[in-house]
Amino acid sequence: MTDTTLTPPSGNANAPAPRRIQSILELDPLTKKRNAAEARFKLYGIVAIAIGLFFLVALLWAILSNGLGAFSQTFIKVDVPLVQSQIDDAEKSVVKTSKYRAIIDEAFAKELAGANITTDMSDKDLQKLFSSGAAATVRDFALANPDKIGTTVTFDLIASSRVDGYLKGRVEREDLAEDKNLDAAHLDLADQMADAGILEKRFNWSFITGTDASDSRPEQAGIGASMIGSLFMMLVVLFLSLPIGVAASIYLEEFAPQNKFTDLIEVNISNLAAVPSIVFGILGLAVFIQFMHLPQSAPLVGGLVLTLMTLPTIIISTRASLKAVPPSIRDAALGVGASKMQSIFHHVLPLAMPGILTGTIIGLAQALGETAPLLLIGMVGFIASNFPDGVAAGFFAPNSAMPAQIYEWAKRADPAFYERAWGGIIVLLVFLMTMNIIAIILRRRFERRW
Amino acid sequence: MSLTFILLALLVLAVVGYMVGRGKALSSAGGDARELHSLPGYYGWNVVVSTLVPSLLLLVAWLFVQPIILNSQVSSRISEETIAASSLDLVMSDVVRVAEGLDVAVSQGGMSSDEASSLRTELTDVRSRLGQVGVALGSDVTSETLRAAQTYRSISSTGYLLRSIAVLAVAIAGLAFGVMRTNKDFRARNVVEAAVRYLLIAAASIAILTTVGIVLSLIFNTVEFFRLYPASEFFFGLVWSPSFGGGSELGIVPLIWATLYISLIALAVAVPIGLFAAIYLSEYATPHVRAIAKPLLEILAGIPTIVYGLFALLTVGPLLASFFGSGGALGVNWMSGASSVFTAGVVMGIMLIPFVSSLSDDIINAVPQAMRDGSLGLGATHSETVKQVILPAALPGIVGAILLAASRAIGETMIVVLGAGAAARLSLNPLEAMTTVTAKIVSQLTGDADFASPEALVAFALGMTLFVITLGLNIVALYIVRKYREQYD
Repeated sequence: MTDTTLTPPSGNANAPAPRRIQSILELDPLTKKRNAAEARFKLYGIVAIAIGLFFLVALLWAILSNGLGAFSQTFIKVDVPLVQSQIDDAEKSVVKTSKYRAIIDEAFAKELAGANITTDMSDKDLQKLFSSGAAATVRDFALANPDKIGTTVTFDLIASSRVDGYLKGRVEREDLAEDKNLDAAHLDLADQMADAGILEKRFNWSFITGTDASDSRPEQAGIGASMIGSLFMMLVVLFLSLPIGVAASIYLEEFAPQNKFTDLIEVNISNLAAVPSIVFGILGLAVFIQFMHLPQSAPLVGGLVLTLMTLPTIIISTRASLKAVPPSIRDAALGVGASKMQSIFHHVLPLAMPGILTGTIIGLAQALGETAPLLLIGMVGFIASNFPDGVAAGFFAPNSAMPAQIYEWAKRADPAFYERAWGGIIVLLVFLMTMNIIAIILRRRFERRW
Repeated sequence: MSLTFILLALLVLAVVGYMVGRGKALSSAGGDARELHSLPGYYGWNVVVSTLVPSLLLLVAWLFVQPIILNSQVSSRISEETIAASSLDLVMSDVVRVAEGLDVAVSQGGMSSDEASSLRTELTDVRSRLGQVGVALGSDVTSETLRAAQTYRSISSTGYLLRSIAVLAVAIAGLAFGVMRTNKDFRARNVVEAAVRYLLIAAASIAILTTVGIVLSLIFNTVEFFRLYPASEFFFGLVWSPSFGGGSELGIVPLIWATLYISLIALAVAVPIGLFAAIYLSEYATPHVRAIAKPLLEILAGIPTIVYGLFALLTVGPLLASFFGSGGALGVNWMSGASSVFTAGVVMGIMLIPFVSSLSDDIINAVPQAMRDGSLGLGATHSETVKQVILPAALPGIVGAILLAASRAIGETMIVVLGAGAAARLSLNPLEAMTTVTAKIVSQLTGDADFASPEALVAFALGMTLFVITLGLNIVALYIVRKYREQYD
């Protein structure tokens, strides 16, 4: 605004000084002030967006820098001779894994000697380098492959979480001062082993495909079982909320007369969309578990609760895409003699389908990341250490879900689980991103502009 | 006969019904579909509807009624003394477990069905017998429990048999009725479409059912809670210290205080940032910038709350503690741990930024262009137009958006569960850990508490309070937003 004809501020009015003639190119003070205010205001906007984007970057950085570690894992390469007599002996004893541990100790000592690494640590101290699940790995292999007994097998045994953390830079030497699980001597040994190629960091498939492990074995915990739990939950949500949501939207958009009942439904839907998710958890607990006696922690119950939660979202988006189909399509169908029901099911619904699917996928993505209601129906605190056997068990047997599993890890005491929690978030976000991208592609490809 | 079998049988009947109905309609018209009132398929569907609808309704009703009848029949056989010694629920669950154990034993062939119904505790050790087939029982079975379990089994097996017969009979009757009605002048399409319409109405009513379910489950348990714990102490008590041994003090005031405090901080973060971002994006940004910045900001809204919770617990909290905690960079000791009201509030504020910005964006865009043009034409700068024309015009809508954001903040769970702490406290220091209504709902219902104890039931009263507050905020917000929108449409 370079309006030079503006009168100067009214303060000058009582001093009848001769009016200074201004150049049209020179700004008067008020205009300068107003222009400065304008620039400031614009700057506030830019700063606000910058802060918002900064938070986004900080969040993503926190996720990636903390979570990528979960996808690699330190393994110790040991040649273990499987001797029949030793295995028979171990299988007969009460604490089978401790016998297997002795077998590993012996093999590991040979391995160290072979690499010219000398250590004065006892077997018991050396064991701390391994995960406590290492013995079970050897045992499972020996029992599953009886033909390999009598030969020497090269195992990649999981290192303990502290050694793993040291190689990833998460555990520092100073941290070990008060740690009873490991001391600095172990780390020196780990360095030597890494140089000799016995200790090796590799991509950790078992984090993606594995099951949760108990508190003492963070290095073995994986998100696979809870992924299956989430999958079954999403199946329930998809197969219930899509038909119900579409049916409800068709009724409300195409058939519902303007009356109190319709109003009641509309008010209910818009309110349910804003009810806190934890309240749906209370509903699930009271109705599905206390009243209907469905099994606790089951993906079926989780799916039912999430269905009720996502229905409003799906109904709102479905109605929008039904509304976007122009009335001429309906009129044309009615004009050639179709009934109202036929015009909707044969013509309007197929045309609205891309929009409906997009809305459904976004609703599913929301449901996939929801945690709070799952806490109340018992999907947290359940240790998902087994895969469900069969489809029925997938729905009815207790399981966890991805966000619930992340919460469970975040609550545990060992910081090694935090890395798993961040890693779990990466997996979860990859799923959400894929779903959203599919939704965007669907919208770009198939949605018609009328 | 099992449920799956009945459902399969119904499916087969439906398919048969479709074929028969369609065939009969066609043959009644002499094979010429043009003679029919409706398309041939509709006659088939008509038979399917009359086969399935009554039989499925009966099946559902049976599933609800049979357990009730069964319970009353069996519990009438349990003596008063046994009930007095423990409780009816416990005895009944024992009975059900023994009955299920006998079923397992019979199905695995460990026991003949005659043997299962004539078993006597005086003669056999039922517990070890069931243990052999893999059914573990908590205690020895008394003869009374065993007899009740046997009654349970016999009644329920009769019930199942009757159920199958009744449901299949109704289905066949329906099929016959549907086929009988079929002839070429029958208006099959109208009947089928009416049925579909009722189906649509039923689907739409699920929203009402959900609300009713929420309200009922909250009210019943809340009333139960207030029977055990005085309402005045719940609403006005200043101390929250549940102890599962009894003698808890369950005052909601500290929880409400922390909830509001955290929400206030969250709004103080989200509203200025969100509002300025919305103003910039809708008034200043070039289409190119808008096309990039808006979706990027909205990513924040698509991130699950558990991620924000972890971000609060493991990143923001420790960062704040390294400034304000003991031995921190500022040399003050205001913060004792990573979790605090401020931590949770800031992170929740980040979560709400896109919520506020996209709602405000819509509202600002809804202000008619003529108002902008008029203001600019009078010589106002762009920012003056925004401040003096657009914002006043959009104010009701923006207030509505802020109220919706507040209701989100109050109902948010994961961020406060992970970021705010667990101790209930009434304090002004935002760097102290406090706990909120939602966090306590989670902790009271995920513990090992007995569902009938006031310590567990209080969660429903908390949920009721939360529901009422958020519902009130939503209704006010929607009312404001709607009223505002009507002005320009």
